[in-house]
Amino acid sequence: MSAHGGGGAAATADVVEGVEQPRLDLARRFIQGDLAELRVVLILAVIWAIFYIQEPRFLSSVNLTNLVLQATAVGLVAVGVTMVLLLGEIDLSVGAVSGLCGAIMAVLIEQKGWSPYLGIAAAVLAGTAIGLFQGSVFTQFAIPSFVVTLAGLLAWPGAQLEVLGETGTVNITNSKVTGLVSTFYSDTVGWIFAVIAIAAFAGFTLLGRQRRVRAGLPAPPVGQLVLRIVLVAVAVLVAVWVLNDDRGLPLAVLILLGFVLLFFYITTRTTFGRHIFAVGGNSEAARRAGINVRRVRVVVFAIAGMMAAIGGIMAASRLLAVNQSSGAGDFLLLAIAAPVIAGTSLFGGRGSVWHALLGALVIQSISNGMDLLGLESSVKFMVTGAVLLAAVIIDAIARRQRQAAGRV
Amino acid sequence: MNGNTPVLALKGVSKSFGPVQALSEVDFEVHDGEVVALVGDNGAGKSTLVKCIAGIHPADEGTILFEGTEVQITHPTDATDLGIATVYQDLALCDNLDVVENLYLGREETGEGPAAVTRQMDEVAMEKRTGELLSRLAVTIVNLRAEVGTLSGGQRQQVAIARSLLGNPKVVILDEPTAALGVRQTAQVLDLIKRLREEGHGVVVISHNLADVFEVADRVFVLRLGREAGDFAAGESSQEEVVAAITGAEFGGNGDQAGGER
Repeated sequence: MSAHGGGGAAATADVVEGVEQPRLDLARRFIQGDLAELRVVLILAVIWAIFYIQEPRFLSSVNLTNLVLQATAVGLVAVGVTMVLLLGEIDLSVGAVSGLCGAIMAVLIEQKGWSPYLGIAAAVLAGTAIGLFQGSVFTQFAIPSFVVTLAGLLAWPGAQLEVLGETGTVNITNSKVTGLVSTFYSDTVGWIFAVIAIAAFAGFTLLGRQRRVRAGLPAPPVGQLVLRIVLVAVAVLVAVWVLNDDRGLPLAVLILLGFVLLFFYITTRTTFGRHIFAVGGNSEAARRAGINVRRVRVVVFAIAGMMAAIGGIMAASRLLAVNQSSGAGDFLLLAIAAPVIAGTSLFGGRGSVWHALLGALVIQSISNGMDLLGLESSVKFMVTGAVLLAAVIIDAIARRQRQAAGRV
Repeated sequence: MNGNTPVLALKGVSKSFGPVQALSEVDFEVHDGEVVALVGDNGAGKSTLVKCIAGIHPADEGTILFEGTEVQITHPTDATDLGIATVYQDLALCDNLDVVENLYLGREETGEGPAAVTRQMDEVAMEKRTGELLSRLAVTIVNLRAEVGTLSGGQRQQVAIARSLLGNPKVVILDEPTAALGVRQTAQVLDLIKRLREEGHGVVVISHNLADVFEVADRVFVLRLGREAGDFAAGESSQEEVVAAITGAEFGGNGDQAGGER
């Protein structure tokens, strides 16, 4: 079956050889996972429609704001997971690391009397150090990353119990920490943000095109870019309008967006990001191209640890407490499922940091919607598992379609 | 051969792996603007010879002269630094990256000012130079932003060869560049090899395909059981002579084996 498909594709490649690259039609690109963002937006629309029909309150501004706040912790952890997935590796310890680092922050600030800034910095540093350690063990001994981080998944919750001590729960009262999630900006600030965001996006898009035109390189048609700018503008304006209708633009959303943008820049514009994709695509080729594969891997695992810590801090801020089950349960799987649902490949070399944000919204929408409908935990677990499975199957199908078309 | 100094010359190079003598006192040279085909049966020592030049397996004995100066090549970077580029059969391309990204992999151009601090890449410059390099080599790939995995085998080979030229090497070594390619794709790759010669590179091509060898090579160097078994000027010798040297048969007796080799 697949051999047959491969033969057909090879024949096709021969025919188009030397002629213009075949224009993949929209449907094929969709199946092969090239239009993953479009796919995930459609999935999100379907999910929202279903829950809206069942319970109109789902699309109320209050619930949507809550949904976004719930999604920030998973989204931040998922940013780090996405980077690891781009390498073709996996980090199973991020949930545990987020719990441990949340606990470190809570104990330092609430019990040891550290300033909130120092406490947060210490927690982020601890997460980074854990990631650095796991990445070093993984590369030094050439052990599969899932085993190394599985050990972390078992070990770090133990450290979390140790840090939390006798009571097992630390309540968070420090206003700086709770303010991470409970701060909302006024309507005016929201609109100013929207205008700046749209202007920046339009500016970068059009300036980038202009640079290509000036260098005599092929550039996308202006109409296509304008359409893209309009779509982004509408999405931003609607989002700000909904948020303003409730409590306003949350600081948590800005934090999430900030990290997504930072790592989007790193992965797509810097040499380091290019090397991540190269290692994920063909580590031997990357090594022979003179890339320090080991360094790339260790740094990415450190980033995953850092983002896990930041996600853990946001989760603690939202729940106003850290306890023994922080970072446990389905948190890890949600953080891994999020980018995969949105189209980041489990096989490495393909994906985008934006998938972390989009996927987190999808995952959180399902969770939030089921809560709203008052479904039992039993149902919730099974539905979430089914969604993850479906996402992985979509990824595998996209990969097979690419291979059938002669792509890897 | 030409009176001028060869860009790369090996003298009395020997290499053994344990009891196996892979190369025995081989003399081999390449000149600027010359394509030398390296042929021989499986296990004749072609790959070992190339690996000695590329610094993967340093030679046990013998000397290597680069532009007339004796050099030590004990590590792949030694070869690269001298200006010897090798394109291996597996090409070492990242299929998930596009043509520009693969060409500049590991030596990305970065912008200036703040972009230099964050190591931000100058995509426009890289794409422009990729286009210039490929058109100079008469390689036609319409979309430089197409993933290499979507290209045909011939185009992938062309990309791999073009990539080896970025460091402006003096000698380019190609390991079986036409293996597993169709007729037209083979022609494209052979054209590219001729282009390398025109640009003044010394080119060493390992090949099993004598038709390709005779189309592109100036000289055919035959190895047999680790020893030099013949050094033919391509224009003045026949495939039968080369086959005889490869197999060790008397010339004329087994001339029809040329058909068998194909």
